[in-house]
Order: sequence, then C-alpha cells, then structure tokens
Amino acid sequence: MNIHEHQAKELLGSFGVAVPAGVVAYAPHQAVAGASELGGERWVVKAQIHAGGRGKAGGVRVAESPDEVGAIAEELLGSRLVTAQTGPAGAVVGRVLVEPAAEIVRELYLGLVVDRGAQRVALIASAAGGIEIEESEADLVRETIDPALGLQDFQCRKVAAALGLGGGLLRPAVKLMRGLYRCFVETDALQAEINPLAVLADGSLVALDAKLSFDDNAISRRPAVAELRDLDEEDPKEVDASGHGLNYIALDGQVGCIVNGAGLAMATMDAITLHGARPANFLDVGGGATPEKVSNAFRIVLTDPNVKTILVNIFAGINRCDWIAEGIVSASRELEIDVPIVARLAGTNVEEGRKILAESGLALTSAENLDDAAAAAVASLKEAA
Amino acid sequence: MSVIVGRESRVVIQGLTGQHATFHAEEAIEGGTNIVAGVTPGKGGSTHLGLPVFDTVAEAVAETGANVSGIFVPPPFAADAALEAIDAGVEVVVVIADGVPVQDMIDVKRYLVGRDTLLVGPNSPGIITPGECKVGIMPSHIYRSGRVGVVSRSGTLNYEAVQQMTARGLGQSTCVGIGGDPINGVDFVTCLRAFEHDEETDVVVMIGEIGGPQEVDAARWAVEHMTKPVVAFVAGSSAPTGRRMGHAGAIVSGESDTATAKMDAMEALGLAVVRNPARIGETVARVVREIGSGLTRVAAR
Repeated sequence: MNIHEHQAKELLGSFGVAVPAGVVAYAPHQAVAGASELGGERWVVKAQIHAGGRGKAGGVRVAESPDEVGAIAEELLGSRLVTAQTGPAGAVVGRVLVEPAAEIVRELYLGLVVDRGAQRVALIASAAGGIEIEESEADLVRETIDPALGLQDFQCRKVAAALGLGGGLLRPAVKLMRGLYRCFVETDALQAEINPLAVLADGSLVALDAKLSFDDNAISRRPAVAELRDLDEEDPKEVDASGHGLNYIALDGQVGCIVNGAGLAMATMDAITLHGARPANFLDVGGGATPEKVSNAFRIVLTDPNVKTILVNIFAGINRCDWIAEGIVSASRELEIDVPIVARLAGTNVEEGRKILAESGLALTSAENLDDAAAAAVASLKEAA
Repeated sequence: MSVIVGRESRVVIQGLTGQHATFHAEEAIEGGTNIVAGVTPGKGGSTHLGLPVFDTVAEAVAETGANVSGIFVPPPFAADAALEAIDAGVEVVVVIADGVPVQDMIDVKRYLVGRDTLLVGPNSPGIITPGECKVGIMPSHIYRSGRVGVVSRSGTLNYEAVQQMTARGLGQSTCVGIGGDPINGVDFVTCLRAFEHDEETDVVVMIGEIGGPQEVDAARWAVEHMTKPVVAFVAGSSAPTGRRMGHAGAIVSGESDTATAKMDAMEALGLAVVRNPARIGETVARVVREIGSGLTRVAAR
C-alpha cells in the first residue's frame, strides 16, 4: 500500500525525522490560508498523487504570494496529472501540499529497502539526490541492518560520512536515519525513500520529499497505517477484487483470465501471448477459492469492456476443482455472460469439477491442458471478430 | 535417495487440526508420508487422524522423533510457528502460508543464522518426494516417482510442469516449491546443489518468475558446478513493469527483472530454456533422450 507525500512526512515527523512545515489543502482557499499561516515569502505547491515524477510533469510549482498559491492550487486540484509513472491516463489531483519554499544547498538520497540478496533491510544512500536512484546503483552507499540489533549509530555515522554530512550535520543525520528506520520497522514498511534529503541554506537537514510503501500482509496489525489508504488513488476494479480476496491487475488485451496461483496466472498470460492474443488482466483467485469468490472473479473480469473471451485455468492444490466448477456455473447463471468461456481444470477433485461443468449444460469449451486452453481462447476471439 | 525429504522423514504438522491441514495430511498419509504427530497449542493430549497432538513442537520432537515440520497455520502466526520448529531442532521446516509479513520473515532468517535447519517457503506449495513423503498442499495424484528434480517459485506452475512430465511418463525425484516471497528459505542454488548430489536425479527443472536476480544467479552457479542438465522457464514475459503480479516478489523494477531478460541470460549460459510454459514436459523429454543417447553432457564446460 502506498500513501501520499504529506502523510509520509507526518508519519516520519512523528518518529523524529526532520520534515518541513506544511499544510494540506483540498480547495484553493485552504491553500491560500495555509500559505498565510505558514508565513514567509515563497511557497511550493505540490500535487499529491501516489505516482512519482510530479516535478517534471508540472505538479510541483513555486508561488511568490498567497494569491499565487491559490491560483496554482486552483489549476492543480481536479486536474489530471500525467507523469512518467502514472501511465498515459494520468492521475487526478485531489489535494495539494503547501510548504514554505526552501533554499537548498545540497540534495542527497536516503532510503530503506528490503534487500533480497542479503534477506535483510538495507539503508541505501547517495550523495546525488533528486535523481532516478535505480539508474545510479554504482554510486549507492549500502548498509545492511541486522534485525536483532536494529540500525546502529555507527552505521548511521558511516553513511553520513559517505554522504559528506560531517561536523554539525552529523548528529542530525544520525537522528534522522534512526527515526527513518524506527518508522520503517514499526509501520511494517517495504520501502522508504527520502529524495531529496536536503541541506538547506540555514544549515538544517530536512526530508524535502518522502515516499513510504507498506506491506499489505501486515496492514491488519497496523491500524494507523490502514487509515492512510486513499482509495481514489487505486483502480476501483482492483479495490473491488482485493475486497473479495482476489488479486486483479487490469491489462490491455481481450482475453479475460481467471487463474489460481500467481505463477500459473502469469504463465497463462504468456501462453495467450504466444498464441497471438493479449491478456485483458492478471487475476489470481488464490487458495481456498469458494464458489462465491469465483463468481466475483467473473463479475470483475467482465466489467472490462475489452474482454471478448474468458479463459479459466485452475490447477488445484489447496483449491478444489468442484468448488471452482460450482463458481463457474453460478456465475454464468447470475451474470449475463455473452462472451465465450474456455475452462481448464486440473488437480484436486478434478473429476468432480469436470462432472459439474459437463452436467450444467453450459456452452463452454473444456480444455485438457494449458496449450489447448490458450489456443481455444484465442480461437474463440477470432471467431467472435 | 531423494532430496530434503524422503522415506526417512518423520513429519510433524503444526496446525494439524485445521481444515486444510487435515485434508492434506490425510492425502499425504495415503501417499506414504510418515506423519508422526500434530501440534495445536491448547489441544495437547488429544488425537487427530489417529495421531498424537501436542501443545508444543518441542514435546512432539521429544515424544515422536519428528525431524520435519509442515506449518499449516495462518500467515500472521506462521513466523512464530517457524521459530518454534527451528528452536526445537527440526531439520526441515516447510511454511505453506501465503501472506506472511516480510519483516517477520527477516526475523526468521536471522534466527536461522548458525542453526542447521533448512527452511522451505513461505508462500510455498511445500515439498514432495513422490511415493515417499509429501509436506505441503500439492495434488499428490499428478506426481510419479522418477528421476527429474523440480524446483519452482510458483506452486501452481510446479503442478503444471509436473503434469506435463507425468503425462509423458517422466516421474520426479523430488519437487520443491521455494515460494514466491522476497524473503524466503531455501533458494534455487541450494536445491540445484542437492539435486546435483542426488544419485536418483538425472535432470533438473527450474521454474522462475519476474523479479529479482535469483534465476540468473542460479543458472550461473549451475554452469560452474553441475554435470546434470537444467531445463528452465521464467513466467511473466507478458507482465507489465512496476506491478506486483500476485507474489510479493514478482515485480519488474528494472530491465534485468523481466522474464525475457532472465531467459535470454540463462540461454546464453547454456541452459535448456523453454519459452512456452506448455512445452516444459516436451523439453524435459527431449533432454532426457539426449542424456540417454549421450548427446547432452550438460551445461558442463
């Protein structure tokens, strides 16, 4: 789960990370009032969307007066911001963050990641901030953290030294890193990014931008984090699906996919592609799929108007083919499905499942294996065209 | 002989009294698995499926000599159950749960340092040596005893590959699901090494997916250390960038994370790469024929 910049800053601030003062505004007049309240002579107005790349897309602007803050907010709020990370459809700006403009002396990068190689959390930093960090892997300073000890002061000093944060900046740097790590652990974050971490003209060290994403599997034990979820930032179909225990990702093809297991779901998409068509979605019904869950899967896949055929591919281990088959039957009774369905069932209780489908009288194509299933789905697409 | 689990395994099931655990334990017992005990805190002293149930893993180990644990408890409790099994000195711990918090697994991995326990999973279908031992949720009826070793990140793709092989009369020595999470137990290299040393394995099938460097790292290791051929497939050629495809670890963050880049690299290293997931069985059959005729002496230099 991702959150907005202003939420990340509030959260980090509560863990002792130095962040700028700021006001969130949902309407232009709130932005104007916020600017006056903050004081100063120049302000930054930052569009709050989850995707990065806002600066280049015109989503971060400087204002010279509270009125200008209002004018920029007016322009940004409700607009659709297209950045390198939003995709061509962009994201609608629902709120802006107003902060006093900072006079930056140096920009650095600081982050925490789950390091798959080390199987631990690692603190990563770079003396070059404000950049696409993954493109400059070579310049990264990396400090792996022993979970039993937590991030130690000496590690923070090492990183600070590598960033050139000596003298009076050393102590604030250590405090900031420790706060960042504590926040990461205590919120079950998966990724934290301060980019840029800035040295300002007044000599302070501040997180000028912040990004946090959290472990969906730990949200239930982090109610304070769960409250930060902004459903407007998510695809409504994906929200609907996750509410039913389904993992759905919209794609741009015509073959709707209902599969169990992430690996098989990807392989099914690959097989469809190899047969010359494209998947309309990724959908994993997960383990323990009940007939209701399967029925919901059909409903969600069919909300995509591009779907011209549906391929069900189930290899049941912990699942049961008979339950899946019941789900297919009840879905086709409840929903008005006017596209062809190809079903391939295998694994646990497969005979019972096939029997239910055969006796249902449904006009669906049964396939024996993955290749036949993908071929049949693609063929039905061509017939329909 | 076999890999990681076999005839000599004495299995304890943590969470035995649960619905899924009961279903799969029964199936495993029918398939020849020597399940010796169950653990459900609070139900110690009772019996389930004719097996003694204990409150703690330590008691189960002391009373029954269990040396393998299958953990069937829900995700929020899985890490604690794994720590308990590791502490009890169990040799192999298999975690099935999908959805274990990453930081819990980081703690478990830390606890494993300096200990000999082999962890399989989480988010894993488990491990099976057909006809001897199954600790997991895979549909036993598709597996046959034979000489192909299988290691995969995905559970259902493991089944898919196995069914294609079994349909061609190719049985399996052991099949391991290492799981789809970014922080997990045994990796590809550990399994490849075990298969290389296993006298009953002739060929290894490695099934990966998008995200992370492990497939190519394993391929590099295989080329340097293995005499047995490795057939490889990576799922997700059609997956978009920057989206987590179901598995926590399945995300393309950079060019090297893509399925195509991984398969290209593995092919360049000399592995038998399959591009079509429906052709895994066919490719294994071809490689097996080549070994028989002496054509393939492998990825070996």
